[in-house]
Amino acid sequence: MPSTVETLPIGSGDDIVRVRQKVRVRATEVKLSLVDQTKLITAASELARNALDYGKGGHADIETITAPTPGVRITFRDKGPGIADIKMALTDGYTTGNGLGHGLGGARRLVDDFTIDSSVGLGTTVVIARWKR
Amino acid sequence: MDTIPILKIGRALLVTIQVDMHDELAARLQDDLTNRIVECQARGVLIDISALEIVDSFIGRMLANIASVSRLLDADTVVVGMRPEVAITLVELGLGLPGVKTALNAERGLALIGGVSRHRDMDDAVDG
Repeated sequence: MPSTVETLPIGSGDDIVRVRQKVRVRATEVKLSLVDQTKLITAASELARNALDYGKGGHADIETITAPTPGVRITFRDKGPGIADIKMALTDGYTTGNGLGHGLGGARRLVDDFTIDSSVGLGTTVVIARWKR
Repeated sequence: MDTIPILKIGRALLVTIQVDMHDELAARLQDDLTNRIVECQARGVLIDISALEIVDSFIGRMLANIASVSRLLDADTVVVGMRPEVAITLVELGLGLPGVKTALNAERGLALIGGVSRHRDMDDAVDG
């Protein structure tokens, strides 16, 4: 079965709700445990909000992977100002906005795979995945 | 426009969050609750989140803000009904919700608010 990718816009608070709902559907399809589903959806919610608040909006690509290990992968892309110091941004308590600063570092702890790629002035791409165990 | 109903039980206010919160709804709930605490001279606020499938840092911040504001207005906030998987996720996220009291269910939450009935009895005594 080929993997299917669905792209959702992130331009408003309602879009974040839609991203969460779609991620839940995918996570249920690949039969992630309830705790794993909850962690993945929460991470997706944090990253979608980051894209909206700091990245001036963007997109989320939600992908179901069936083999070799079933899982869900989500790519968040924004064309915001980018992050100059990623290491710093991943530190708990760090924030440039009004958040608690748990967004990036917290989201990383909730998933199995986490990669971040950011260029100042060009935007940020974060890829996360959670696999069935 | 969506609003979240706030029920008055004795000197406590009960809020049940059942929908996916978005920014405006969260802001309105904080405003409405703050006004109702003063209006009703509430001693406590009970927030039932048993219907919430996730609590992210946005909702966590909303709960912490409500608890801080109500504390300044002499009311305790108790968050009740958190799902186990939500608790696990919140801790891993790094959000232990300091300053927010929790109880497993609404009944225990009401008891934690400090005897709603006790406050009512005291008022009755004054009134009578």
